[in-house]
Amino acid sequence: MNVALAKTETGHALSDAFAVARDRLPGAGKVAEARQQAFEAYERVGLPHRRIEDWKYTDLRALMREVLPLAAPPDAAALKRAAAALKLHAIAGVRRLVLVDGVFAPGLSEAGNLEKGLGIRTLRDVLGAGDARLQAQLLGPENTDSMVALNSAMMTDGIVIEVADGAALTQPLHIIHIASGGTPAAMFTRSLFVLGNAASATLVESYIAAEGAKVYQVHDSLIVSIGDSARLDHVRLIEDGREAFNISSSQVTLGAKAHFNTFGLTSGSSVSRYQATMAFDGEGSRVETNGVNLLNGRQHADTTLFLDHAVPNCSSREIFRAVVDDRGHSVFQGRIIVRPDAQKTDAKMMTRALLLSDEAEADNKPELEIFADDVTCGHGATTGALDESLLFYLRARGLSEKEAQALLIQAFVGEAIESIASDSLRELAISAAQRWLAARG
Amino acid sequence: MPLLEVKNLQVRVEEREILHGLSLTVNKGEVHAIMGPNGSGKSTLSHVIAGKPGYEVTGGEILFNGEDLLEMSPDARAAKGVFLAFQYPVEIPGVATMTFLRTALNAQRKARGEGEYSTPDFLKKVREVAARLNIPQEMLRRGVNVGFSGGEKKRNEVLQMALFEPSLCILDEMDSGLDIDALRVAADGVNALRSPDRAMVVITHYQRLLNYIVPDFVHVMSKGRVVKSGGKELALELEASGYAQFEDAA
Amino acid sequence: MAAVQETVDRVRRIDVDQYRYGFETVIESDKAPKGLSEDTVRFISAKKNEPAWMLEWRLEAYRRWLTMTEPKWARVNYPKIDYQDLYYYSAPKPKKQISSLDEIDPEILKTYEKLGIPLREVEVLEGVVRPEGERRIAVDAVFDSVSVATTFQKELKQAGVIFMPISEAIREHPDLVKKYLGTVVPTSDNYFATLNSAVFSDGSFVYVPPGVRCPMELSTYFRINERNTGQFERTLIIADKGAYVSYLEGCTAPQRDENQLHAAVVELVTLDDAEIKYSTVQNWYPGNSEGVGGIYNFVTKRGDCRGNNSKISWTQVETGSAITWKYPSCILRGDNSRGEFYSIAISNGHQQVDSGTKMIHLGKNTTSRIISKGIAAGVSQNTYRGLVTAHRKATGARNFTACDSLLIGDKCGAHTVPYIEAKNSSALFEHEATTSKISEDVLFYCVQRGLSQEEAVGLVVNGFVKDVLQQLPMEFAVEAQKLISISLEGSVG
Repeated sequence: MNVALAKTETGHALSDAFAVARDRLPGAGKVAEARQQAFEAYERVGLPHRRIEDWKYTDLRALMREVLPLAAPPDAAALKRAAAALKLHAIAGVRRLVLVDGVFAPGLSEAGNLEKGLGIRTLRDVLGAGDARLQAQLLGPENTDSMVALNSAMMTDGIVIEVADGAALTQPLHIIHIASGGTPAAMFTRSLFVLGNAASATLVESYIAAEGAKVYQVHDSLIVSIGDSARLDHVRLIEDGREAFNISSSQVTLGAKAHFNTFGLTSGSSVSRYQATMAFDGEGSRVETNGVNLLNGRQHADTTLFLDHAVPNCSSREIFRAVVDDRGHSVFQGRIIVRPDAQKTDAKMMTRALLLSDEAEADNKPELEIFADDVTCGHGATTGALDESLLFYLRARGLSEKEAQALLIQAFVGEAIESIASDSLRELAISAAQRWLAARG
Repeated sequence: MPLLEVKNLQVRVEEREILHGLSLTVNKGEVHAIMGPNGSGKSTLSHVIAGKPGYEVTGGEILFNGEDLLEMSPDARAAKGVFLAFQYPVEIPGVATMTFLRTALNAQRKARGEGEYSTPDFLKKVREVAARLNIPQEMLRRGVNVGFSGGEKKRNEVLQMALFEPSLCILDEMDSGLDIDALRVAADGVNALRSPDRAMVVITHYQRLLNYIVPDFVHVMSKGRVVKSGGKELALELEASGYAQFEDAA
Repeated sequence: MAAVQETVDRVRRIDVDQYRYGFETVIESDKAPKGLSEDTVRFISAKKNEPAWMLEWRLEAYRRWLTMTEPKWARVNYPKIDYQDLYYYSAPKPKKQISSLDEIDPEILKTYEKLGIPLREVEVLEGVVRPEGERRIAVDAVFDSVSVATTFQKELKQAGVIFMPISEAIREHPDLVKKYLGTVVPTSDNYFATLNSAVFSDGSFVYVPPGVRCPMELSTYFRINERNTGQFERTLIIADKGAYVSYLEGCTAPQRDENQLHAAVVELVTLDDAEIKYSTVQNWYPGNSEGVGGIYNFVTKRGDCRGNNSKISWTQVETGSAITWKYPSCILRGDNSRGEFYSIAISNGHQQVDSGTKMIHLGKNTTSRIISKGIAAGVSQNTYRGLVTAHRKATGARNFTACDSLLIGDKCGAHTVPYIEAKNSSALFEHEATTSKISEDVLFYCVQRGLSQEEAVGLVVNGFVKDVLQQLPMEFAVEAQKLISISLEGSVG
């Protein structure tokens, strides 16, 4: 069958790449074993395709076709291009941690003079040095999803952040992934964020490209553990180059009375997929997970969220907005599971898509899976165009068509952005949205 | 024999004792007002008499016409003639008020071994009562209490009271959420139901309601007990001096 | 004890085995040998005196089926079905040609009587005068696999409506059958539909000619009787230009230990300005309280709004079967066509329901509406699975979906899996879903007014499903309401 052929071809190409790259991948012993297993798990499935339910709307065999070879470590020229790109995307008041072509760049980062209670290391360091506790967390993700498995096999570098119990970080941490724009290549990164009990922190992740970067692939994953009574505010902005691929996964676990406020915005990359699992491990916790896809051209962006209510008395709120122009394709899959003992769960999800062109496409799959009776769960989904009467009203008041649209689009994505708790993070999201609107002309 | 006898009633909710030995005797034809500050246990008393789940009776008894009320299921109590007018009547979407009234009335009659009402008789009766209470027919076609104003919900309670002809009516904070006009309409409805065969227990925080429904007896509750009983003048006394004096007494 | 907890406990105590319709009729039947092969297909075709083209059609489906695998994506679990261990044909042995109801086996008539099915032709023959305006129903009763009685034939004939067993239609109206059979659900559509295409035994055929409003509701009752008999009904309904027909389908099956496979196919076609309203009440044996026995119901139902301004409306009340796998769908091909899906699915005991609909918007300005009410009790699993899609050229497509689930007890599951796909900007889709349990406050309020716990739950559930019940024709609504009460007696408390 065709499918099998495609799998074998890409599989072979990649297994050669894995063999070649193996020397460059950190970690021996258990780590190397885990890599091998993960790679075998990946090879059994290959790139996910539409017959795999979770990837129904994002067929990587058709969209990505192949996994590019591992990127070379950045040379001086690459670091220079990355530094230039960084200037354009600098955020004031944050601690920068930069990965260029998937490798930590100490020269562009601020990893010294740490606040009390904050620890920062690199993935390469942790996997190489044999810290069993951190390694166990880093090797935690199962190989059930083939893209997660691939990341587990190939992870090259990343940031490992630990925040001690009771520490309240004042300065947001900003992990920036930069593609320097050399030859077409793939970068594989994995970061870990361990937030202690009663600690609080803010994490920003950005994905950007240096000038001239064309085809490249970002394969990233983030593992987050939030302690009891801790709080994490999180924003991720995908502003990759327009020919880039960004396949990211995250796995978040919350202790008791913990709080996770997360927001994702995708306006860049050609094909992107963000799949996040958020699991409640202690009672009385809350997740707010919100997102916006802003797409045009032939962009394809998939946000797949999985809320796992495994324990009682937790609440979750999901608000998602997609604005799709030209021949863009936005996908939102939201799955909420309420396990048998998770009584008093309060889970709500709302997804809305705004289609700006006749050829734009939006697929929504908001899913509820409920095994406990004393719950309040619901979801809503709408798809439609801009309201003509509102547009006309604004035009009649003197706005151009684009201006009127921009105003209504801002209002549309506003609800998702407003749910960001921190003012400064909200500003980040708003300016990212404005950049997209401005680029639209 | 008294209609209702509450003897030394002790009630817990989730390990916390709310009523600590409350006693109350109500005879046919009497109207009793139970007043008290928030948290004194007034609503708990009404819920326990009606049999609301979630309360644990740890001591004492409640006799209704000499029968042990606590042994009965809530619907059996209703059939015996116990009616609780809820402080916050619930909304039941999709169930037309008319359907609800008929189902409840016939269920009570069946439990008492009486024949069911024929449809024309039932309709006649409802229309008559509804007209008296200024309840439009259109309201009866809507879902039970769905989209009703506060006043409409309370009038719907009074309508049911008139229709089911209970021997004991417990009005739980009937004035909450009502303006003066709405209160007057509801109170007039209640007064029309006063009769030598029927007793009423009016639970209220404010004296205001008692201007409209004038009680024969007033009991003051504080911290889970009746701390003072008297005639209707006691309510006026409370109005003037407040509950503070009784907080200490308790 | 909390009010809801009491209900839950009562549900657990209730013996689901008290299945009302679990009686068996002892009559001789005529069976094909056990198992499935080309010979089985030939046997069935020969039994039906089918023309050669029909046999070829079946064989092609059979060969196709051999290459297919059973679908696994639904949220249902059941032991592997041994397709070689089933009978594919079973007909009551006809003693002679039937010319009137009197000649039908009295045992069969008794069965229908127990089911309360109005074989009203008897009344008509006896000159019973019915009140003005009361609607009449023509019944095409299907006993196991063969239609045994078709009523009201004369009156339908006058109107030009063809209503007959599909086996007869194949012989008498081959052009119509050839033109439409398999055009909505192709023989290769899915595993169960393909199986049905190969071995279907009988079913109903309806053709309503242009401009005709069918003078009465058409109705079929299916009843699975013979032990180990796969039931493979095939129904084809065509409403020609400007025609209208309302079709009612009811199903019951006697109590059995073995699981019984049912894989029906229903195809509906509406041409310009035509309308079909298809209503189902399904209360097949759900299995006993241990989850043993019960019907496996794998059904493919699809309507094709082929003409402009046409309309297809599905209404279903599903209370039976051990496994339900069923997605009555609408292909909105004609411009301005409309599809509707109204569903009540009640699951209790060990029942597993995976049901929903597909609304496929292809034409311009097409509209669809989905109202789904799922009620799960016992240890059952109840899934709504639905697809709404608007294709590139389906400008002005509109959909509204509301799916609500009610949970009774903490051992059951209610799931909602909607797929919402918009491929053009003028499509407007709205979807909402909620899951909750019956509020304890509402239950207490009802009980305080004198209703028993059971009655209170029944009242609330009937309120919950009201929007859908209203879609049923009057006669059916009453029956459905009774059915819900019965399943509540046995399921809700």
